[in-house]
Amino acid sequence: MAKQRPKNLDLMSIRLPLPGIVSIMHRISGAGLFLSLPVLLCLFQSSVSSPESFASFQLVLANPLWKIFLLLVLFGFLYHLCAGIRYLALDLHWGTELAEARASSVAVLVVSVLLTLILGARLW
Amino acid sequence: MVERVITGAHYGLKDWLAQRFTAVAMAVYALWMLGALLIGPPNDFAVWRGLFANQGVKAWTFVFLVSLYWHAWIGVRDIFMDYIKPTGLLLLLQVLTIVALVGYAGWSIQILWSI
Repeated sequence: MAKQRPKNLDLMSIRLPLPGIVSIMHRISGAGLFLSLPVLLCLFQSSVSSPESFASFQLVLANPLWKIFLLLVLFGFLYHLCAGIRYLALDLHWGTELAEARASSVAVLVVSVLLTLILGARLW
Repeated sequence: MVERVITGAHYGLKDWLAQRFTAVAMAVYALWMLGALLIGPPNDFAVWRGLFANQGVKAWTFVFLVSLYWHAWIGVRDIFMDYIKPTGLLLLLQVLTIVALVGYAGWSIQILWSI
């Protein structure tokens, strides 16, 4: 008794609304953070183990390619954090109206980019 | 008479709650740590290591990391369940994720308690 409904699963022709973009980016950033865990643990270990390993940790931080990677991780983390706080608010039924949900989506994007720039500038 | 629960195993609600509790625990730690980094980035090994030598900070860092691995398990499992349809492959990926996360937890203990 399956009804024949029109289906559109062509990802290229689907225009996601802003809250949808925030949602899929939350998922992508979460997956990226999970994959970067072993690298981050290695870096943390070298930063606290010995003065020698701390020196090599600082060399890593100074390397431009590593900087780009770590800035991406930092953005991924801050974005996931901001979007996560938005979801906690939605769970409490705060900001569930369409206009509010759109405004908070913009806020998540703006705040996470700003925080990345501020922290990135402060740490390097 | 067999008691049949026809509404599922209810692990969904437990996981939903766990995902939020671990999120709040991590957010508190992250805001504290980001604030500390913003005020004074660690340029000195002794100061940086000394921070984690404090028992309170060490315990709190451990709670953060365990929350992170638990949160990651629920999140990654949800992603796999959404996109991976063959049961065998799904099981394999889930087992590999669990092995990795349990390994990270052991590694975290080793790092923190050798400070």
